[in-house]
Amino acid sequence: MRHPVSAPGRVEQGLEPAMQHAGPLPSASPGAPGAEGRPVSTGALLEHWLAGRLDEAAARWLRDAAASIAGGGADRELYRSISIVSRMLGKAPLGLEPAELAMADAARQGWDPSPWTVDQAARVCLLLAAGADGDGFVRRLDQLCATADVDELVAFYRGLPLYPDPPRHRLRAAEGLRSNMKVVFEAVAHRNPYPAEQLPQDAWNQMVLKALFVGSPLHPIVGLDRRANEALAHMLGDYARERRAARRPVSPELWRCVGPFAGGPLLESLERLLEDGSAAERAAAVLALRSASDPRAGRLLERHAALRDSVAAAGADWRSVLELQ
Amino acid sequence: MHFIDPHIHMSSRTTDDYERMRDAGIVAVIEPAFWQGQPRTNVGSFIDYLSSLVGWERFRASQFGIRHYCTIGLNSKEANNEALAEAVLDILPRYLSKEGVVAVGEIGYDDQTALEDRYYRAQLQLARELDMLVMVHTPHRDKKAGTIRSMEVALEMGLSPHKVVIDHNNEETVRDVLDRGFWAAFTLYPQTKMGNERMVEIVRQYGSERIFIDSSADWGVSDPLAVPKTAGLMLERGIARKDVEATCYGNALQAYGQSGQFDEAHWKTPEAVDQRSLFEGNSVLRGQAPRVDTPAAGVGAAAAAAAALR
Repeated sequence: MRHPVSAPGRVEQGLEPAMQHAGPLPSASPGAPGAEGRPVSTGALLEHWLAGRLDEAAARWLRDAAASIAGGGADRELYRSISIVSRMLGKAPLGLEPAELAMADAARQGWDPSPWTVDQAARVCLLLAAGADGDGFVRRLDQLCATADVDELVAFYRGLPLYPDPPRHRLRAAEGLRSNMKVVFEAVAHRNPYPAEQLPQDAWNQMVLKALFVGSPLHPIVGLDRRANEALAHMLGDYARERRAARRPVSPELWRCVGPFAGGPLLESLERLLEDGSAAERAAAVLALRSASDPRAGRLLERHAALRDSVAAAGADWRSVLELQ
Repeated sequence: MHFIDPHIHMSSRTTDDYERMRDAGIVAVIEPAFWQGQPRTNVGSFIDYLSSLVGWERFRASQFGIRHYCTIGLNSKEANNEALAEAVLDILPRYLSKEGVVAVGEIGYDDQTALEDRYYRAQLQLARELDMLVMVHTPHRDKKAGTIRSMEVALEMGLSPHKVVIDHNNEETVRDVLDRGFWAAFTLYPQTKMGNERMVEIVRQYGSERIFIDSSADWGVSDPLAVPKTAGLMLERGIARKDVEATCYGNALQAYGQSGQFDEAHWKTPEAVDQRSLFEGNSVLRGQAPRVDTPAAGVGAAAAAAAALR
């Protein structure tokens, strides 16, 4: 396997634990990591994508930085290299192609680096290159987060699914979700498989509720349907009623997590929505009721058959429902 | 006309200030690391403070359409706690190379003690190693001698004058600073240091080359609108528009632009202001309608506000 880093042995050694998520690649161009059908690490993928997007001088700087860090360099070297990344490499979008995104998902299920930028990819690469022993990794990540700027925080939190020993980063993820900076919150919550895999139910429910609270869309949350639960449905139902009392809107997406558990007062809320909601809310209520197991949901839809049928005819789903006015 | 306030401690200011600054045409600010009115007792306080300069405060400013930059350093007052100063010097390199860090600063002398001298020199050395600019705070007491000493030590440590900004000048120090080739910044404090009227006369006498103004607004009595107000006064008193633009915008841009981290494109083609990205409950917006600008409208509104000011 050709490796874009000049000291492949050392760097790959540092990335080994990330390979526990590795799988075979569906299709890969010749020379790409995993081209021979072997598993590939997420770190090697990041390095490969960067090597193809950086000019010669920038690529050399990154190779040298990774090599010196992987060689057991001082922490000071790691902190400086990571902080100076945006000055050295810029902040252009990584702009991954569909085939590359498929490679990402194959290497690490659920990983969606579509919004990643060059500086984020490089920072995560360097962090991984510094070594993957559990204690050392957590200590370095804590130190880096304690002195991070806004964009560095986004990079470190987007990298969560790639880090060794996943359960050890639950507190880190929770810290990111507590952030008052929406971009940081979304780095954990959006397009990131880590929360669905690692957060206990209480923390998961708080994340979903907070997303609604701060105006973040729910559809980029990985595992949203899989981790739906009754406690969350009731929390969201209460939240919707509270907002309604204050005559403030709620996102139609809220009902996506309510639908499967709709019954009792939740059904009443959905019924009201069918009657006096906006176009988006009425369509959302139909989608939610379609996912409900309570037989009363079906009868409710029967009473609003025209609406039910027009939602079906339009092929509306939880994404397109947001486009309705 | 757009303005830059190249020395203002926004962490000590309110969101009302941000709104008024934005409406007055201020597009970018530089927040130098300084002391907080009471000496810190451990390095952890410094870590959290410096992290907030590159984190929360940068984010907070962005919500009001103002680009926030900073300088990182150990201020002269707290340099007098030797154990603390050593620990702070150890952590400074973690911040100096970050995005938007335009200089080492504000550093220099307060009482001109031996410890202040040691850590001023150590940080000048750091600036040389990292090829960074320096923002120098000149002492309030024994000002003229302290200013000259600050420059001589900077030269002795191998810094080029064009990479050093000497701040808090007055009528007594400006000639020495300009003659030596340094940038001369003036702080416009209400009642103390330089007042607006005196500043107009300095620009009339010395012109605008390598001179620029700032508010240094902090937790004390100070005016975050000092730059746009003084610009208005200069125009009213017949100072040429090009000199007003140079001292209230262009020269600060040129001086700190040398860092490669301070670029007009950042605010001329900004990301749209989107206050909806703020969090309710614990945020800078509490129930108000969020302000959402398109980039073009944002700059236009600031320009209109600046015009109204005149």
